[in-house]
Amino acid sequence: MDTQSEVVSRLRSVFASGVTIPEEFRRAQLTKLMSMMKENQELIVKALHQDLSKPKFEAVLSEVQIVINDLRYTINNFSSWMNPEYVGKNLATKLDTCFVRREPLGVVLIIGAWNYPVQLLLLPLIGAIAAGNCVVIKPSEVSAATDSLIAELIPKYLSQDCYAVVRGGAEETKSLLQNRFDHIFYTGSQTVARSILQAASVHLTPVTLELGGKCPCLIYGRIDIPAAARRLVWSKFFNAGQSCVAPDYVLCSPAIRDALLPVIQQTLEDFYGKDPKSCPDLSRIVSPRHWTRLVELLGKTDGKVVIGGESREEDKYMAPTVVTDVTEDDALMKEEIFGPILPILTVDSLQEGISFINRQESPLALYVFSDESHIVNKVLENTKSGGFCSNDGIVHMTLPTLPFGGIGASGCGQYHGHYSFETFSHRRGCMLRGWALERLNTLRYPPYTDSKLSWLIWSTSSESTCSLM
Amino acid sequence: MSREQLVVQQARKSFLTGKTKPLEFRIHQLKSLLRFISERRGDITYAVKRDLGKSEKGTELFETLGLEGEIELAVEKLAEWAAPRPVEKNFLTITDEVYVQPEPLGVVLIIGAWNYPWAITLQPLVGAIAAGNAAVIKPSEVSSHSAKVMEELLHKYLDKDLYPVVTGGVAETQELLRQRFDHVFYTGNSTVGRLVMEAAARHLTPVTLELGGKSPCYIDKSCDISVACRRITWGKFVNCGQTCIAPDYILCEPSIQSRVVEEIKKSIKEFYTENPKTFEDYGRIINQRHFKRVMALMEGSTVAAGGDSDESQCYIEPTVLQDVTGESKVMKEEIFGPLLPIITVSGVDEAVQFINEREKPLVVYVFSHNNKLIKRVIAETSSGALLANDCLVHFTVSALPFGGVGNSGMGCYHGRHSFDQLSHLRSCLIKQLKMEGVNSMRYPPHTAKKLGWARFFLLNRVNVCGLQRIAMLAMLAGLAAFVVQRFLR
Repeated sequence: MDTQSEVVSRLRSVFASGVTIPEEFRRAQLTKLMSMMKENQELIVKALHQDLSKPKFEAVLSEVQIVINDLRYTINNFSSWMNPEYVGKNLATKLDTCFVRREPLGVVLIIGAWNYPVQLLLLPLIGAIAAGNCVVIKPSEVSAATDSLIAELIPKYLSQDCYAVVRGGAEETKSLLQNRFDHIFYTGSQTVARSILQAASVHLTPVTLELGGKCPCLIYGRIDIPAAARRLVWSKFFNAGQSCVAPDYVLCSPAIRDALLPVIQQTLEDFYGKDPKSCPDLSRIVSPRHWTRLVELLGKTDGKVVIGGESREEDKYMAPTVVTDVTEDDALMKEEIFGPILPILTVDSLQEGISFINRQESPLALYVFSDESHIVNKVLENTKSGGFCSNDGIVHMTLPTLPFGGIGASGCGQYHGHYSFETFSHRRGCMLRGWALERLNTLRYPPYTDSKLSWLIWSTSSESTCSLM
Repeated sequence: MSREQLVVQQARKSFLTGKTKPLEFRIHQLKSLLRFISERRGDITYAVKRDLGKSEKGTELFETLGLEGEIELAVEKLAEWAAPRPVEKNFLTITDEVYVQPEPLGVVLIIGAWNYPWAITLQPLVGAIAAGNAAVIKPSEVSSHSAKVMEELLHKYLDKDLYPVVTGGVAETQELLRQRFDHVFYTGNSTVGRLVMEAAARHLTPVTLELGGKSPCYIDKSCDISVACRRITWGKFVNCGQTCIAPDYILCEPSIQSRVVEEIKKSIKEFYTENPKTFEDYGRIINQRHFKRVMALMEGSTVAAGGDSDESQCYIEPTVLQDVTGESKVMKEEIFGPLLPIITVSGVDEAVQFINEREKPLVVYVFSHNNKLIKRVIAETSSGALLANDCLVHFTVSALPFGGVGNSGMGCYHGRHSFDQLSHLRSCLIKQLKMEGVNSMRYPPHTAKKLGWARFFLLNRVNVCGLQRIAMLAMLAGLAAFVVQRFLR
């Protein structure tokens, strides 16, 4: 068994041989990845169920189908993404060829997470392969069954020379990071992200960080309560709240809160039945450690648990829970919840809600529910977030044409679809000059004179991109 | 509270008032910056003369010309760059608004370099202003006269709270880096680049690093050597070799080495006269420390041309070194001075191998009439940029992203790239609470039938541009009408 350094070193020589560069190679690998997804759907769903009790519906949509979708989009388009992009010039360079070339970076590292262990690992992998890189793939060990499955399937379908799965926990990841990579793609927590950035700075390795945060959900103005409640409940309790883009907490007026609560209660019953713990459509918390964290967190709140609150250790179950009378300094507001607990905070005005949001760190996603478009616009224009979605939750990240990523504490860089390809590419500016017109070049050579300078100013200005050409 | 802390706090406070949001404000600031350059040209050229011995026209050509071009471009294109960018939708979002909205990041730190103290410090500022950010500007203390002029005069033209200039040395820079920024834009060397990235890591701040490296220059033996050498000579000795994209060293076959030396000598004479020391358009090394550093690099190599120096003036003659090898002292670090080593290789294969054994440079230069050869070099090497048959000028094409890769840096700028680099591209999906029926397929309790529909609607991407959109909607309308007719009568 190779050591980590041996793996990285081997991948580096393979990359240097140029085998990942041709379009046919990349297409073949992406197609194999597609087969892997299609042929092993049952196994994938089973592993996800083992790790998170993820219902088949959620697993198929948010883990299998989303990857297939991005794969299809990428396979259909990456050829054109690989083409040189010809760019505009100024008069002095009119007879030259200027283009931007997308080139692979080399050997890249992708570190996955446990909440969507397939999606968060494979979506970046699609971009890395399409861009022509060799990849070290590090699945999360917390979602153990999926970790095992990925380690088994990837070498079966993809080129073992170019793509290696490396497994392990915190220690192994730390030592893996001592190696030099040409890009590191990390999904996870802020704390770990800092140490990844530190390790990356030693080798001047660029990074993409997909982190989290508390995604606020502001509900204001005139509103269709039943529709809003359904969408809110769906996006909050999907994967038992363990989504980086789940609405973390709600901000609304007391009146809306009072109108919402019974409808949320009813919606929860419609979705998960009267006894959620026996409902197959509700996930579980991923590990005893995370379950304990959530139970303790709920225990520390000064708010009132109005719906749910029950939990069961043996299967890491936590009921969909709603807490009211939560204030800004409550325990529930101190960290990203990442679980099925929904605090509802009240504000007396839209401005108060906006100011509240702006006092917190920039989130990965920001949600506004309102039938009044001016309210939606006001929030959009006066806040900062990775992504924004009005009148729904999560779905903005299902479109491969929208860049997905955070800002500030919620991360840096973006991916999905074309953006994944760009993340793992270097945009190299290329200019091929002609040999003729050396006389024109003399304008720039010393000795410098005023008249030479004026000619140069004219010929290099943007106005001189004249319609002659 | 330190001065640096206060300045950053003030910039953030000012940014949070929202005054940088309107495009008119940004354009006004950019136009003021333009006015600054034209009204204070004298102060700028005087400062650069004292910092680098550069002549007035040299400064205009290499510092302010490009800067003015960037500002004018930004003013002209800002509305286009800052507008929402629509994206393709899927069936489920067919009636929704889906777009990417460029937004400011917040407070940006720009750390300038000393070799082109104006261009390198202010070009990123153009992008920062255009993108709606506040920016703390830290000019290099090594080009001290320029730093002083910037500190004294810039605030008379730009909003002093939003775009403060902070001068100082290492201690002040470190103190600045302890503060939290939304982006740090650094130009300089890799060693400090690492420290900047590490400091930024504490706050999870993204960085743009414009670093350096040894940019190789391959001369194909069958090209027009005279023209090639003129262009290379110009590219090398501008600013006394103190250019991050200067051709650092030459690779060529032994059979043309002496010809190359002759042609370069000829060009040096043509550009800088017989006595460059007294010639106005030839510059100086920035300071004693760098003078000594560059002089020491000559050790062990054969001087084919030049070699003269004068420590009191930090003057080094345009110098060519021949029969240099990969192990020579001059090949151990980026030269950043007027020494041009020539290393002989057996051909393009060896040249490519030589280049690939080293860190990725900011630019690879290749001189050849053979397009196939040029394409080979492009395909088999990696660098920030590639320029065939000339030096430096790719810098002037603002549509080309200017930046490094690997050790030569991360991120890029110029033109629209500056704007994008210093913006957050925020994904926006504007939905309505209507059409809830369609949503119901994704809600629990989950059934196989619902799953089938959800797969189709939620995740099928559809190109809804123009005619296709109309056709699609017509089809759906037809389908809906059919369903209504068939099942609801």
